[in-house]
Amino acid sequence: MSKGILGKKIGMTQIFAENGDVIPVTVVDVSGNVVLQKKTVETDGYEAVQLGFDNAKVSRVTKPAKGHAEKAKAEPKRFIKEIRNVNLDDYEVGKAVTADTFQTGEAIDVTGTSKGKGYQGPIKRNNQSRGPMAHGSRYHRRPGSMGVIDPARVFKGKKLAGRMGGETVTVENLVVAKVDPERQLILISGNVPGAKKSYIVIKSALKAKEAK
Amino acid sequence: MSHIIDEITKEQLRSDLPDFRPGDTLKVHVKIVEGSHERIQVFEGVVIKRHGSGISATFTVRKISYGVGVERAFPVNSPKIDKIEVVRHGKVRRAKLYYLRALRGKKARIKSR
Repeated sequence: MSKGILGKKIGMTQIFAENGDVIPVTVVDVSGNVVLQKKTVETDGYEAVQLGFDNAKVSRVTKPAKGHAEKAKAEPKRFIKEIRNVNLDDYEVGKAVTADTFQTGEAIDVTGTSKGKGYQGPIKRNNQSRGPMAHGSRYHRRPGSMGVIDPARVFKGKKLAGRMGGETVTVENLVVAKVDPERQLILISGNVPGAKKSYIVIKSALKAKEAK
Repeated sequence: MSHIIDEITKEQLRSDLPDFRPGDTLKVHVKIVEGSHERIQVFEGVVIKRHGSGISATFTVRKISYGVGVERAFPVNSPKIDKIEVVRHGKVRRAKLYYLRALRGKKARIKSR
């Protein structure tokens, strides 16, 4: 069974492990997670819990969203996500989900929206190599051949320049470095996708290795 | 936002260490774990730089060991540091003493403060 929680990336820092090693950590604020709805096989055809995070400004909330939150006796939320494959009995509509859902040392997957990089060339965007800069090559940072000439068109999926970043990215098998239940923070070892103040989803690692 | 990060790191900052500057000569007592046994090793040398601030601050100590220059960087707030002794305060006119790397013997001396 997996677990999940929503959060907001605050920034990065470092902490010292007990043996004195330095661990780089990302600080994630998980305060105010609420179960908004439980989806069951009978009513929805699948099982999931719907979590809400970060209160929305009431004047900006639509009436349907307000009514949906009221059913759980919660404030309307800005960031709402469903977590699948959970043990539904552990959750209750309207109840808070707290940072101590996860323990130190647990393996997690973190999903977020990567930083937008704008319009980028193929070298940065697709990890292609550049041509020689000198000896009159006149071929510096170009995308290469467009492919075979026979179809008289460029095949779909040809790696070219374009918008980069701003996609949903999941980083797997990160480790919880520390849980701070007082301040409702989770410190994750390593970095997570997205800019500061962006929303992220933390779930139990899907492909977690068996503990050795 | 960042005040949360300050709060997290504040608990780990150390206030028991003496003040020292680049140019000072230090004895750094480092905890070393060998298997299950822990012992203290002393690294003595000149501070050639202090870098960063807060929890990520580090300092670098340089010494000449068997004719070879050895530099070691320590996180200031590391729990691996048992204690720091200031042997001598040095008088220098630079924050980063990289010029010491090119000097040997008498030329690498630093005036006392």
